[in-house]
Amino acid sequence: MDSQVIDRLRDQLGSEAVITDRQERRTYECDGLSQFRSIPAVVVLADSAASVSRAVKVCAEMQVPFVARGSGTGLSGGALPNADGVLIVMSRMRTVHDVDLSNQRATVDPGVINLEVTRQAAPGGYYYAPDPSSQQICSIGGNVAENSGGAHCLKYGFTTNHVTGLRIITPDGEAVDLGGGKSLDAPGYDLMGVFVGSEGTLGITTEVTVRLLRAPEAVVTMLCGFESTDAAGAAVSSIIAAGIVPAAIEMMDSLAIEAAEAAVGCGYPAGAGAVLIVEIDGPAEEVEHLSPVIEGLCRDRGAFEVRVALSGEERALIWRGRKSAFAAVGRISPDYIVQDGVIPRTALPEVLRAIEELSRDSGIRVANVFHAGDGNLHPLVLFDDSIEGAGVRAEEVSGAILELCVRLGGSITGEHGVGSDKTKYMSTMFTDEDLDTMQLVRDAFDPNNLSNPGKVFPTPRLCGERPGRRQGVHPLQETGIAEIF
Amino acid sequence: MSARESLIDACGAEHVRDATSADAIGGVKATYVVSPVDTDAVSAVMAAAAEHGLAVVVRGAATKIDWGNPPTRVDLVVDLSAMNAILEHADGDLIARVQPGVGLATFQKALAPARQRLAVDEVVPGSTVGGIIATGLSGPSRFLYGGVRDLLIGITIVRADGVVAHAGGRVVKNVAGYDLCKLYTGSYGTLGIVTEAIFRLHPIPEASAYVSIALPDEATAGAKVAEVLDSQVVATAVEIDRSEPVGPVTLCILIEGFGPGVSARASRLVALLGPDAHVSEQRPQWWGTLPAGAASLRITAQPSGVPAVLQSVARASVDCGLTAAIRGSAGTGVLYTSVSRGATAAVARFVDAVRETCTAEGGSAVVVKAPAAVKSVVNVWGRIPAISLMRRVKTSFDPENRLSPGRFVGGI
Repeated sequence: MDSQVIDRLRDQLGSEAVITDRQERRTYECDGLSQFRSIPAVVVLADSAASVSRAVKVCAEMQVPFVARGSGTGLSGGALPNADGVLIVMSRMRTVHDVDLSNQRATVDPGVINLEVTRQAAPGGYYYAPDPSSQQICSIGGNVAENSGGAHCLKYGFTTNHVTGLRIITPDGEAVDLGGGKSLDAPGYDLMGVFVGSEGTLGITTEVTVRLLRAPEAVVTMLCGFESTDAAGAAVSSIIAAGIVPAAIEMMDSLAIEAAEAAVGCGYPAGAGAVLIVEIDGPAEEVEHLSPVIEGLCRDRGAFEVRVALSGEERALIWRGRKSAFAAVGRISPDYIVQDGVIPRTALPEVLRAIEELSRDSGIRVANVFHAGDGNLHPLVLFDDSIEGAGVRAEEVSGAILELCVRLGGSITGEHGVGSDKTKYMSTMFTDEDLDTMQLVRDAFDPNNLSNPGKVFPTPRLCGERPGRRQGVHPLQETGIAEIF
Repeated sequence: MSARESLIDACGAEHVRDATSADAIGGVKATYVVSPVDTDAVSAVMAAAAEHGLAVVVRGAATKIDWGNPPTRVDLVVDLSAMNAILEHADGDLIARVQPGVGLATFQKALAPARQRLAVDEVVPGSTVGGIIATGLSGPSRFLYGGVRDLLIGITIVRADGVVAHAGGRVVKNVAGYDLCKLYTGSYGTLGIVTEAIFRLHPIPEASAYVSIALPDEATAGAKVAEVLDSQVVATAVEIDRSEPVGPVTLCILIEGFGPGVSARASRLVALLGPDAHVSEQRPQWWGTLPAGAASLRITAQPSGVPAVLQSVARASVDCGLTAAIRGSAGTGVLYTSVSRGATAAVARFVDAVRETCTAEGGSAVVVKAPAAVKSVVNVWGRIPAISLMRRVKTSFDPENRLSPGRFVGGI
């Protein structure tokens, strides 16, 4: 990197905010998707919107690419640094500016941890709904970039449905307010709506205003054991057809259950070919009415065991198996790829059969864990990278699953984002014209392509990026800091 | 080839005609009207328009065609009313794919046998799906289900240069690529023509109840609204209506769900609102409609600012010698006010006064509908903080400024 860039950054932000030591820079070489690694040329620790603006202005002036990074928990390599660029670390910006219960809004810095918003709102009986499973550690700014979901987005929606205002720094370093702050329907284009989920390619968020929801009065969680995924899938269809929108419906197949049992001994129904976790919440009378209805629908579809959790502890027990699933497959396989494809929910039986076939033909095992209510699959493609060719075969199976999702009218990613990981699949889902049209937005915000270049859209492999060995368990999971959905 | 011949080439002679005075948009006379039947025809029409430098305004049922500023120029009206097919209703997946000319009411009727609906109210009777996307218009249920932006999950658009593009898809959970659905929602036809839309649907609830109460003034109404929002009844909508500037405020809350739950929640609401509250299965007549008047404004504020906005509307209408009605969602802070016919200067003063309060309460005021004389003297859209970025988006999508020129914010 041109030493002039570093000098300018030091001049603008102070030496202590600029990291050039290689070992220190290396700390930031990857995010939650550890097979993509690239050491940034220089790291900047931002502590205010003004410092982000100054750093970005230096980048714009010197035509140097930049990447913003929150907690680095993303699962698609969206925060993968550019080897010739500046990495702007946002995690020092952690102030909760305002918890305004009279307007049911909170205004926070981008480095504030997702769960912290709920912690601050909880004494007043409110919470922040989007709940990616990394919520103990992921940042709101990262959630905005990725349009993060979570297990409960079936009923409550994604980050984009909960953000009402953003303050951003554009790729030329200007501060701009998008959205209406605490109000809705700001006149003009809904640039906030486009910005959320743009994976850092349109600028950097420096302040976020979100909706707070009243914590539900009642919550019931059910665990239902079925003989097969087909039977469990039919139960999901019955629930939806009855006009019920549960807060969450999750499914695990026998291999995923086996892994979870081995890891945390969750005690799921013995001999189950599939389990469903169904959670409903809302006013007490509604929940009381619906709980037996759902139980009946599941039994009609062959559930041989139904456990209903009423207390927080019982609920945690049911969720434990599900939440540990990703980490747990590390027990039964040294390496794995997590996919995030989405299908129309009714195509579930067809997709599961096709995955089974792919698995049989390739000899690669696939464990299935998914958000069954909205068709978001998380197939875990298991392999041993020390066996020659296994990684390539697993990659092929993984790609074939995504192509299947697209063919059935679904998506290559439901919540993890495209990042660096899935750019090569974008053309299976979108035409050149589609991608060109999205690029028109990019051109308006970032004509020089400096903000997180190489992500989302198909491009050649990033400069300086080196493919690493896939690691079965992410360091954050290993230390128990975060679970990955 | 002349422009007319190119248009005939693009979509067939039977779908091209000369415009009449009835086709004028916001008082601006048009030259041609085309009625394409599918996306390919729209694409060919836009390519022809590009070739001949025609300014294009899109029209559905024309129920809100005069909203916003009048366009600076209209050479071609693209009438989408022939594109009125419901292409797909996948009830098991709770989605539907439609053409833009489908009437919202027709759409709802088609979804009803599967006990499903698009959770968007028909605020302006006769609206088409394309029209609600273009204006981003939403009604009472916005409070629980979100607005059009939250329910539109996939679109096909034809750009100013005739290129056809898609974004989103037919699954609700999808983060692949930019969310152009949100960019197009509320863009007033200035970025392209939406030729297909995919919506997320919701089940029609088994039961519903409207709990209403008349309250003496804005402060009392504000306090009751705050209590409702802070309660556990989980309302679908929290609406207020005030037909006289300084008269009583009617508060009405919609509860939806399963039978036993709804009646229990309605009783809880009555307990909260007081003995004068009454429960009905019928919606009030004013529910989800715009107040009648010669000029209408969409006014927004942070929810706690709604009493101040009510007060401001009342005070401004008295000061300006106008009669004003106000109605809308106290829960979301998105309301409409309409004033009686009055001197242009008086209406302009009313707009300025109300806008000042809305801005102070973190919101905005947009003149949606007004006589031409009023629109020519007031700032229809108000101040737009991100206007330079919006102009860049417009220039990127429509560099020759041929789509609804001048109709949108900041002269876009």
